Amino acid sequence: MRLHKVKSAKSAGGLNGISKCPTGIPGLDVITFGGLPRGRCTLVCGGAGCGKTVLGMEFLVRGATDFDEPGVCLSFEETAGELATNVASLGFDVNALVARKKLAIDHVYIERKLIEETGEYDLEGLFVRLSQAVDAVGARRVLLDSVEALFAGLENQSILRSELRRLFRWLKDRNLTTIVTGERGEGALTRQGLEEYLSDCVILLDHRVTETVLTRRLRVVKYRGSMHGTNEYPFLIETDGISVQPLTSLDLTHTASNERVSTGVATLDTMLGGKGYFRGSSILISGTAGTGKTSLTAQFVDAACARGERCVFLSFEESAIQIVRNMGSIGIDLGRWVDKGLLHFQASRPSTFGLEMHLGKIHRLVKEVAPKTVVLDPVTGLSRCGTANETTSMLLRLVDFLKEKQITILLTTLPNGSDGQEQTGADISSLVDTWVQLRDIESGGEHNRGLYILKARGLAHSNQIREFLLTDRGVELRAAYLGDAGVLTGSARLVQEARDASTTLLARQEMERKQFLLERKRKALNAQIACLQLEIETEEQESGQLIAQEKLKVKKEENEQKDMAKSRFVNTGSREANGRNAKARGGRQ
Amino acid sequence: MTKSKNAAGKAAAKWELKLYVAGQTAKSLQAFANLKRICEEHLAGEYHIEVVDLLKNPQLAAGDQILALPTLVRSLPEPVLKIIGDLSNTERVLVGLDLQARASKGYA
Repeated sequence: MRLHKVKSAKSAGGLNGISKCPTGIPGLDVITFGGLPRGRCTLVCGGAGCGKTVLGMEFLVRGATDFDEPGVCLSFEETAGELATNVASLGFDVNALVARKKLAIDHVYIERKLIEETGEYDLEGLFVRLSQAVDAVGARRVLLDSVEALFAGLENQSILRSELRRLFRWLKDRNLTTIVTGERGEGALTRQGLEEYLSDCVILLDHRVTETVLTRRLRVVKYRGSMHGTNEYPFLIETDGISVQPLTSLDLTHTASNERVSTGVATLDTMLGGKGYFRGSSILISGTAGTGKTSLTAQFVDAACARGERCVFLSFEESAIQIVRNMGSIGIDLGRWVDKGLLHFQASRPSTFGLEMHLGKIHRLVKEVAPKTVVLDPVTGLSRCGTANETTSMLLRLVDFLKEKQITILLTTLPNGSDGQEQTGADISSLVDTWVQLRDIESGGEHNRGLYILKARGLAHSNQIREFLLTDRGVELRAAYLGDAGVLTGSARLVQEARDASTTLLARQEMERKQFLLERKRKALNAQIACLQLEIETEEQESGQLIAQEKLKVKKEENEQKDMAKSRFVNTGSREANGRNAKARGGRQ
Repeated sequence: MTKSKNAAGKAAAKWELKLYVAGQTAKSLQAFANLKRICEEHLAGEYHIEVVDLLKNPQLAAGDQILALPTLVRSLPEPVLKIIGDLSNTERVLVGLDLQARASKGYA
């Protein structure tokens, strides 16, 4: 019980820091780690037209619609009607919210010409009006836009300043989360030094035009008691309000899938360890003009659509119809996927919008279509919309965003500069996982296409340069032929192939000849063996006869001796007696 | 609560004056006293003062664009004029009410 108390006290006071009030503005809550400080005043300052009022109104509207926190707007510049009309273009129906008592707008108007100041006064009237509006809707959020108008309307600045201080105190005491807008001043955040009173959280808005393209930026200057992103973050004001795009909103925590997706070219799959790219990885296809970047991309898109996955194809050079027609010429029918609703083309000139707008549009398209694959062809065009840094940062954010959603992203790029084959337009090599380089190989009076894999994170990949062919059945990769001058392509390869074929034929003929000779030799030897066999048989026969004759001869002699002995009457047993005697003699010795 | 001072009858009031205050503060009492004095001096019989307490009727503040308190609004004669403060500077009140010309020329 006691432990629990200690714990809750900790979480309420120290460790978890101040309570946050989510703005509902995409990206802003990420930068501020949860939103604006609850029950405190936040100063939003910036030059004319940088979106202070829009930010404030979106804070109120989103509070009322998404967080069930009604709001009050004290507008010192625009009437309620004007405000409603202005933000209607952002899709906010202010009048409906007012009617539902979710929002109250009070236009506070002050005209110096019609006001004479005589003696002591205070701004209790403002408090009364604010208090009344807050009570009427049960407001939790307040927008003061912009109190600086009071400085123009009232002469006695010391009263005004002390009253403003009292107003901000009053808002805090009522636990109202407040946005106070202020015009940017010379050498100070606001013209009237409002930051002096509003020190809890200060957000600076800015817009700059570089090469005729406007980029809005937002920076959290200070945020007392909380972590916050410190960079300048580009933001957009679009048809659904503000969206801030933090560069490093995610701490590279996207998951890495082990799933593989086919490149659409079987040979290229083989080069990438057999199965193609990783799902949710970023792939860069770079190559000079006419090396077949779009074709290789189309092959991938075709394969993805064939698997039933949705694709978004952002083209910055060709129209959708043109791409479909051109890919038809190499046997890739993208039109059917468009008809099936799997393939979404978005073709626009890069210079049509600023980089942030492009990014915003991609974000929106991804949300609408929920694709598995996004193609940007080519990203080089985008670098014309901003500096190299800005383009890289934009692409980085795009890649992060898509990776987080496990969407495979395929970028194509043209190397800039004649010398740098490995240079990419925007220095994006570090943000891609797989880099396929297409090269123009000049040899033997021909330009041919070569393909190799420059890098493939986490994939065992071939290091060979393959010849890349555009056939009427799509992209084909040929095995590499190495000659004296490197890879052989085109006619040189054909010649080499023919040469190889003739060499093989010769070898086969030679072998056949050898086999024939061997056979002949065997036959000859066999004949020899038979001959020898015959010889030995003859020999045997002859020897047999001789032996027989000899035997006969011996027998005949024996018979003759017997006959002789018979005739001489020799006892045949005498030999035995002799033998016995001899034995006896031997025993005696 | 609305206090009404009608010196010369409703129909005859050429000057419609509204004094906005928030409660009976020192400043509001001061303002009312000052206003009463100035009106008696310069507009005797021609004015009608309405005191609006915004603590009681806060919804009335927006209509006349009341911001500072006390505020004196001259709704008649046209144009509408506003004077803020406790009306302690008589000179400026007269300027604000566009009464100075009358005062200097000596007719009331």
